[in-house]
Amino acid sequence: MTNHWTDIKNADVVMVMGGNPAEAHPCGFKWVTEAKANNHARLIVVDPRFTRTAAVADLFVQIRPGTDIAFLSGVMNYLLSNDHVQREYVAAYTNAPFVVREQYAFDDGLFSGYDEGARSYDKASWAYELGPDGFAQVDPTLRHPRCVYQLLKRHVSRYTPEVVSRITGADPARFRQVCELVASTAAPDRVMTSLYALGWTQHTVGAQNIRAMAMIQLLLGNMGMPGGGVNALRGHSNIQGLTDLGVLSDLLPGYLTVPKETEPDWKRYVEVRALKPLRPGQMSYWQNYGKFFVSLQKAWWGDAATRENGFAYDYLPKLDRLYDILAVFELMHQGRVHGYVCQGFNPLASAPNRAKVTEALSKLEFLVVIDPLRTETSEFWKNAGPSNPVDPSRIRTEVFRLPSTCFAEEDGSLTNSSRWLQWHYKGAEPPGEARGDLGIVAGIFQRVRALYQKEGGKLPDPILKLTWPYLDPASPSPEEVAREYNGRALADLPDKANPGKTLAKRGDQLTTFGLLQDDGSTASGCWIYCGSYTDQNLMARRDPADPSGLGLAPGWAWAWPVNRRILYNVASTDPAGKPWDPRRPLVRWSGEQWVGADVPDYKPDVPPSAGMRPFILNPEGVGRLFGADKLVDGPFPEHYEPFESPLSADPLHRRPAARNNPAARIFPDDRAALGSPDEFPYAATTYRLTEHFHFWTKHARIPAVLQPEQFVEIGEALAREKGIRDGDRVRVRSRRGQLEAKALVTKRIQPLQVAGRVVHTVGVPIHWGFIGLTRPGYLANALTPVVGDANVQTPEFKAFLVNVEKV
Amino acid sequence: MKLTRRRFLQGTGATIGATSLAALGFAPERVLAQTREFKLAHTRETRNTCTYCSVGCGLLMYSLGDGSRNARSRIFHIEGDPDHPVNRGTLCPKGASLVDFVNSPDRLVTPEYRAPGADAWKPVTWEFALDRIARRMKDDRDANLVERNGQGVTVNRWPTFGVLAASASSNETGYLTHKVFRSMGVVAIDNQARV
Amino acid sequence: MALESLDVRRRSATETTSPSARSSVEVAKLIDVSRCIGCKACQAACMEWNDLRDRVGETRGTYQNPPDLSDQSWTLMRFREVELPGKGLAWIIVKDGCLHCADPGCLRACPAPGAVVQFSNGVVDFHEENCIGCGYCQAGCPFNIPRFGARDGKAYKCTLCSDRLAVGLEPACIKTCPTQCLSFGAKADMLRLAAGRVRELQGRGFEEARVYDPPGVSGTHVVYVLPHGDPALYGLPREAGISPLVTLWRSTFARGLGVVTMVSVLVAGFFHWMKVGPVDPDRRADRKEE
Repeated sequence: MTNHWTDIKNADVVMVMGGNPAEAHPCGFKWVTEAKANNHARLIVVDPRFTRTAAVADLFVQIRPGTDIAFLSGVMNYLLSNDHVQREYVAAYTNAPFVVREQYAFDDGLFSGYDEGARSYDKASWAYELGPDGFAQVDPTLRHPRCVYQLLKRHVSRYTPEVVSRITGADPARFRQVCELVASTAAPDRVMTSLYALGWTQHTVGAQNIRAMAMIQLLLGNMGMPGGGVNALRGHSNIQGLTDLGVLSDLLPGYLTVPKETEPDWKRYVEVRALKPLRPGQMSYWQNYGKFFVSLQKAWWGDAATRENGFAYDYLPKLDRLYDILAVFELMHQGRVHGYVCQGFNPLASAPNRAKVTEALSKLEFLVVIDPLRTETSEFWKNAGPSNPVDPSRIRTEVFRLPSTCFAEEDGSLTNSSRWLQWHYKGAEPPGEARGDLGIVAGIFQRVRALYQKEGGKLPDPILKLTWPYLDPASPSPEEVAREYNGRALADLPDKANPGKTLAKRGDQLTTFGLLQDDGSTASGCWIYCGSYTDQNLMARRDPADPSGLGLAPGWAWAWPVNRRILYNVASTDPAGKPWDPRRPLVRWSGEQWVGADVPDYKPDVPPSAGMRPFILNPEGVGRLFGADKLVDGPFPEHYEPFESPLSADPLHRRPAARNNPAARIFPDDRAALGSPDEFPYAATTYRLTEHFHFWTKHARIPAVLQPEQFVEIGEALAREKGIRDGDRVRVRSRRGQLEAKALVTKRIQPLQVAGRVVHTVGVPIHWGFIGLTRPGYLANALTPVVGDANVQTPEFKAFLVNVEKV
Repeated sequence: MKLTRRRFLQGTGATIGATSLAALGFAPERVLAQTREFKLAHTRETRNTCTYCSVGCGLLMYSLGDGSRNARSRIFHIEGDPDHPVNRGTLCPKGASLVDFVNSPDRLVTPEYRAPGADAWKPVTWEFALDRIARRMKDDRDANLVERNGQGVTVNRWPTFGVLAASASSNETGYLTHKVFRSMGVVAIDNQARV
Repeated sequence: MALESLDVRRRSATETTSPSARSSVEVAKLIDVSRCIGCKACQAACMEWNDLRDRVGETRGTYQNPPDLSDQSWTLMRFREVELPGKGLAWIIVKDGCLHCADPGCLRACPAPGAVVQFSNGVVDFHEENCIGCGYCQAGCPFNIPRFGARDGKAYKCTLCSDRLAVGLEPACIKTCPTQCLSFGAKADMLRLAAGRVRELQGRGFEEARVYDPPGVSGTHVVYVLPHGDPALYGLPREAGISPLVTLWRSTFARGLGVVTMVSVLVAGFFHWMKVGPVDPDRRADRKEE
């Protein structure tokens, strides 16, 4: 979240699209209720289903799965053509005035630079026109035909209300009402918040869905405002933390990135990431990349990371390709992955195309499952009748299942969606012989290290020299590890402003990443977490006081970065440093420095008149309406049909290449497993129910009581057509697999008129499987396709095709 | 409930008897109307964070046992932490039934091993499991680590081994997992951010 | 303990006057249906706190699970999809459970001394150790709440977490409710809060919004805010009241009749025993009915 849970109460309009917080995040949704009650806020819900969030909405619009960009582009078109934008904000804090290179073009769904054979773009033309000074050219009047403002206006002009309705199936009158409500927050004293979750990410256009909303929020001046922002409601208790810590194939801690094999030395690696400012006076904070990276290397390899060896740059693997989960299961399916560890992760249930996952796991030599619960993945080889029809004797995979503790049996911190790191405490002993994850990981590492010590082997140094300063090497304590990712000074850090003084003494825990150095004098395992564990554990703070009344609770736990509760918060002030909305003063320029209820997201002593802009991580200093070369599938969002679309013709483009996201990757076997609308005529989407959490709570009795048996949701019209009644058993099939479940016939999913035909949507809740206390069911991902978002490879679970029949 | 003739007769008899006795002044000897004993009166309270979604609700966990050596702790009740700025004591249906997750009959209690082709688990010791995992990892790494690519660039990656990390494990676990496996050259590291 | 015999207002089938020296604040639960997201947290918290676990049932084409109140489910979200003229689709989700009537039909109907107790704070509590499983409380209840245990045949229902109230805590469902659909406090405060909610709803286009605190049972200690007004839409009786039969059954006339019957039975029984000897019901034919 750019903002945080409690902040939702400050909103005047709450836009829920791509999420269902009343079901998936009920206690966070409380703050929507608060906004409605105390702020007279209006709640808009746009979704393919009338959800429990919709049940309390002021305005609900049903759309076809996978058409969010068309809807949002239509909203942008309304805002721009009716001049409902926060003009002063747009001119000062976005790249609307920036002039784009002449070579940039967009035509019938494709941006300039497309290579159809490679399914990718050469992004060179998606860039600003640079002046002789190396800075981007701007036109403050926003009239230049190639300025971002004009380009955007042109780009979205195709999304007229008629086109929006034709693509999405949205009721035109309700679409118009949404536009009007959204537009009302262009006023500086009205704010809209956007709440989204996997309803936006799990599409082949996932990143662009979110970008579209970010652009709307920039046009309305809602970024950086209390009650505003674009707020990702993360799915799991510490998925934010694991992402922050870079536990992803191409990331390192703190959103640093794993080197590519085209970057042979650390200087080159840092250079391409430490971006120079694109406008005068901008901070372009990533210029400090080298400090963060070197401090990480020092945390991991200590004295073995020296300037001479490029701070152990070669100890890190270099990427030749993507190794996201979809790619890894493809490689596993080809027999090219031999060993796999699933730590608290159940890919047989969670990954797309379950049949493919079963085959892939069967080709592994060994599988290690670390989990508190009996997961389906750990028993993928065990026959469980029709819901797991495998023959164990033919599966040669060796499987280890290691029992781990759960949250209640350990100390540690979790990072919630608000970016708060909250410390928790052990309340009981684990059952039986279960062990903590730290001990299990340490146990594996210690043994591998001992083997390399004893036997030698390939490249032992990164393993032998990895820092392991823990009191009990077999079981590092959470405090020790937390102190390590926070970071400490490895030498006295001199204070350049006060000669003779030091900012930190050798061995001190560091208080902020502002102290990190690229000369090897600091170590920090995750720079954005620097400041969380100083001489005290700030994550364990428990002061709920909220002096500003804005819900910041600055003394509760610790938020990254530097306990800042709202990102880009200087954008909540006008170019003179005064809050846009005097009723919601977050930070302001006092005349000498930036002060306020939140930690200002800015250089503290730079006056607003100096022209530094509030989006300090961007080399432009401003928010990007034009994404330049940051995303692989275009600088502006564009509607593309899901890879499985119920429409046989493209409702927007003539070019076949532009039917689906032209830059999305799909492996040949997965393309061959796509279904056509003739055979699978209904749009489908998977989702959560409030009674359950993923594939965990089927192991807990009360949730099993509250939602005991698998079902699918079918609209009344489709049910009539198919002769299906409430409680009947139905079979849902996709090109990849099938499941059987009870039918829940509902008024809450209506047939939609789309591009001249009727589209029915089938809802498939995910929570069942072949192990647990609920009635046995089928893994919903038997149905889903293996194709991911073009940028981050999130699988398209929210728009695919099925057929339904009564059993 | 199924009302049999016998139960009906019993009930009716008792009813008539009891009301009439009361009417005659024979009230039961003690009129106790106490409520149920408050079950948290002398239990240990521990603060924690909900393990499910990313709201990060504060929890109060109540366990049996006062921490003395011979008492084995067991969590028997969990409710919301009223001081927590976001959940303010509230919990969703999953959070309100966390105790059934902690004490689920499907919790794993011992390391287990499934041999190739076997159709059942075999309980094993931690030593057996960890030793054998380490052995298999080392052998595979030694056989498949790519030290240089075709252009002679040092790449040091181990593409035949992968890790999926837990979305509900602590930051400390996530950090150590990343540190350990990345140091071995693992590139196929992922977590539940996408699914 | 704070709630004991001195805080008892009434007991079932008891003629002795309850002590009334102490006065206490009447409490109430407010259910604002307009804020309910049907998450069932109240159901979960109720089962968890009260150490109940209903059976893992089936899905029957609705989100409503378990299907009905039971000895293990003392509260239940009832789900209903309704097309409202001019307003479109509404998904009406109502928390069902005991309303803790000021004039409780269950208590009036109950023949077992002390099986139903009304505390002076308004809570109507069932004391199962005194329950004889006769089912009269069910007949007496205008809201169809009490349910009987499959194993013990005794009546169960929401206690308003009288054990939590007794130590100054709010009921489990109240504490857990994520969206402040549920509130708890002094009844006077709850009525004020409810009136405010009704005004807010009227401002959002729910002109019919109203408070449900049925006078037929002298008001309840569970009060609803109904956004669309009509109680029938929410499965609540428009006119809630205690059946006249219950009133009759618990009248002095009926009790007198009972005494007469009992004395006659005793006399008849005495002569039967003198003439025929004891009867062993276990040898009787109706044994096999069980």
